[in-house]
Amino acid sequence: MAQPLLSVRDLHVSFATYGGEVQAVRGVSFDVAPGETLAIVGESGSGKSVTMQAVTRLLPMPPAIVRRGQVIFDGRDLLKLPEPEMQKVRGGDIGLIFQDPMTSLNPTMTIGRQIAENILKHNRVSRREAFDRAVEMLRLVGIPNPRERALQYPHQFSGGMRQRAMIAIALASRPRLLIADEPTTALDVTIQAQILELMKKLQEELGMAIIMITHNLGVVAKLADRIVVMYGGKVVESGSARDVFYRPQHPYTAALLRSVPRLDADTSTDLASIPGTPPDLFNPPPGCPFAPRCQWTMKICSRAEPEFFVAEPGHLSACWLHHPMAEAQAQRRAAAEGGVTHGRR
Amino acid sequence: MFRYIARRFMLSVLALWAIATLTFILMHSIPGDPFTDPKLPEHIHQLLLHKYGLDKPLYEQYLIYLNNLLHGDLGDSLRFREQSVNKMIAQGFPVSALLGVEALAWSVSLGLLLGLVAALNRNRVLDMVTMAIAIIAISVPNFVIAGALQWLLGVKLEVLPIARWGGIEYQILPAVSLGFGVVGGMARFMRTSVLDVITQDYIRTAKSKGLSAFETVWRHVIRNSLLPIVTILGPLIAGITTGTFVVEQIFGIPGLGKYFVNSIYNRDYPLIMGTTLFYAVILIFMNFVVDVLYGVIDPRIRVVGGKEG
Amino acid sequence: MAVELRPELFEPEALDASAMEAIERPPVTFWSDVWRRFRKNRLAMFGLVLLALMLLMAAVGPLLTPYDASANNWAIGNKGPSHEHWFGTDQLGRDIFTRAWIGTRISLFIGITAALLDVTIGTLYGVISGFSGGVVDDVMMRFIDIMYGVPYLLLVILLLVVVGAGLWTIILAMGISGWIGAARLIRGQVLQLKEQEFVLAARTLGANSWRIMLRHLVPNVLGFLLVNMTLTIPGAIFGEAFLSFIGLGIQPPLASLGTMISEGYQVYRLYPYQWFIPGMILAIILFAFNVVGDGLRDALDPKLRQ
Repeated sequence: MAQPLLSVRDLHVSFATYGGEVQAVRGVSFDVAPGETLAIVGESGSGKSVTMQAVTRLLPMPPAIVRRGQVIFDGRDLLKLPEPEMQKVRGGDIGLIFQDPMTSLNPTMTIGRQIAENILKHNRVSRREAFDRAVEMLRLVGIPNPRERALQYPHQFSGGMRQRAMIAIALASRPRLLIADEPTTALDVTIQAQILELMKKLQEELGMAIIMITHNLGVVAKLADRIVVMYGGKVVESGSARDVFYRPQHPYTAALLRSVPRLDADTSTDLASIPGTPPDLFNPPPGCPFAPRCQWTMKICSRAEPEFFVAEPGHLSACWLHHPMAEAQAQRRAAAEGGVTHGRR
Repeated sequence: MFRYIARRFMLSVLALWAIATLTFILMHSIPGDPFTDPKLPEHIHQLLLHKYGLDKPLYEQYLIYLNNLLHGDLGDSLRFREQSVNKMIAQGFPVSALLGVEALAWSVSLGLLLGLVAALNRNRVLDMVTMAIAIIAISVPNFVIAGALQWLLGVKLEVLPIARWGGIEYQILPAVSLGFGVVGGMARFMRTSVLDVITQDYIRTAKSKGLSAFETVWRHVIRNSLLPIVTILGPLIAGITTGTFVVEQIFGIPGLGKYFVNSIYNRDYPLIMGTTLFYAVILIFMNFVVDVLYGVIDPRIRVVGGKEG
Repeated sequence: MAVELRPELFEPEALDASAMEAIERPPVTFWSDVWRRFRKNRLAMFGLVLLALMLLMAAVGPLLTPYDASANNWAIGNKGPSHEHWFGTDQLGRDIFTRAWIGTRISLFIGITAALLDVTIGTLYGVISGFSGGVVDDVMMRFIDIMYGVPYLLLVILLLVVVGAGLWTIILAMGISGWIGAARLIRGQVLQLKEQEFVLAARTLGANSWRIMLRHLVPNVLGFLLVNMTLTIPGAIFGEAFLSFIGLGIQPPLASLGTMISEGYQVYRLYPYQWFIPGMILAIILFAFNVVGDGLRDALDPKLRQ
């Protein structure tokens, strides 16, 4: 991979609560190359949103604490930047979109001003120019009559249009990285597809990298170049979208893929669910976080943390099954699942 | 726009009529009349009642009053000889209103500031200190504050006049006493409102644009936090500008406040009705102003004017 | 890695199904959670201590002196605080220390009883209005609007003349003004709760209106009521002091903090301690209730939870 744009190294984030420390993120590392799309996949509580909020330093501190780690963006560690420098990065170099467009816009400010606010902050332009560029952004994200629309308030926009406006805000200063935290979860299915198309199109035009945080594997399939799978505050598998989709290595990833309804699946087979609940991050168990729910669990799994095994070039999985000593169990799994490869077309 | 105002106006008239009627009934159900006095010979008592039409049947008195009211005539005071209620209000209201506006000016702005500071420093020492100040301000009754100020600045230090009405130096102590409780109430309300706003998603959006903490608060927090505050301003302004009995009494201020209490003591029927209706009109008017203002600062609620795009 | 890798560690292990679904943290009950958050609020805890202290003094304060609270003794009138009379004496030579704590008893009694009355009436009115909706709600709310416009003192004086002055009249007088605010607040809460799914669920299961009101709505507004109570008490105590100050309150020789301030105020230039001391006690009580009420509200607010 080329020089990464963003490189997260061994990030640990905790929350101080009365019952003790919740270790929400426990040693997460990944890279994002310029212009690529990385999807971070995981269920709620897996630490994916917390990771990205820690990267952009939007976590309220306290109660959040970054215990350890580095976030290298463009050669600088964002976690060590003084706040004014960080403000130039936020909205300037890194744009953000959030889950719920209905509540993410200020109800008492016109859409145009909310976009222009970003432009004014990061560019030396007059108010007039900023407004014109805000209108331009609205046109870019596909809002008809952008000049009139810029003067309207959020309540005059539909949900999908608000998310387009959010994208316009995030991209207003041409960031090199766009972080989208479940950008389509709160939208209708038809609108979801439109927003994803739009993000894809804008990425081609503007060339930014995208980190897409999602639990929706459909979104991943549509957009991602690479995938990072998180579970219990850790990365359990990472690799190219194609590799992870077709040849999931980690039992959690495999189970996750089996739990997605597929059009080509035999209707007589039940949709698989993953029994059990995610780990208690107050008191995370030693070893693999997925061990208590994993059907291939071995004695080692709850005793020692697995390291990353290279399944194929660029495709890593943190699972003891890949260890040479686990061959017997790995073969049992291969027999049951028809090989770890997932014959998906 | 016109239809809205017309509707509001109709409703207001209806409310005023209801208040007038209820007050009329209540005040006449208090035993005694304005001229009840053991030293007064009975025939003079009867003569006085006759002179002011108080010997007529109640419904007749009621109709006469309503008729006069429609002509804008609130009648003559029964206790303050030959004074019309209209004139008494015209003289007292400017004094009370001036004092009320002065009191509100300092107390509302200070209260909002304290509330903002407390909320932005939530659960830190500054939050505790500002809220302690705010609650102390609510907790010390205005007659205790007034007494303390009079004693300290008037009697001991002799820097300000103790009482009476006149130039600005006479207005300081009453305006401070009057605003004291408002500071606390405002601070408390504002704190809650700001805490509500800063947990909203759009504040995170503002931060994600790279705005500094100050810019976020200035452009996004304050305006939205003020929305609920505006709604309580109507009754507050109406209450304070129409005079408060205790503060006016303590400082000997010729405002409206004393009439609200004295008129009832004296069974001064026209004055009771006059002050009550005047207060109701101011209250209704202030609520109307507040609703219009609310529409101006909250684009989601345009009570007046055009269709939505 | 501390664990030495041995082949037997790679033996399969059976899944423990019961452990998988186990909830790992002990459940925290609602009220213990509220108490935990309340305890962290130093200002509120300070208020609670003050409140306990005031209650204690109201109970035992008058017993600490040999004086009778209402016995006049002209010879020792208007004496400042001293060894014999800790808070001094008033115009009639009565011991202010003794009187102040008797007054505190009465003020607290009025405050708490009136607040109970307010909140009870207000809750009934608010719940009925909010739950009924439609015309009933409309009429009940318009009545409240009109009650706002009617001068409160008119009602109080009417009450005083008709019922006669006394402790219960004052409490009733507090009641006729206080319930309006409570009714509005409760109605708002009920309207919000009514729309929530659990009420719909109860309805679907065939619960009738009264049952829903009692079993589902009231418990849900309980915390809210508690806060409202705590914040109504200082209002009622203040209201009594105000009425006493303008001469409509407790009648002598009975003392409340309000009457003491009112009497002391008549000689405020010469003997400032005579109104200052009861004024301070009143302020401390109001402060304590307000702080505790605020603390409770914050502790109960799920949005402010951490």
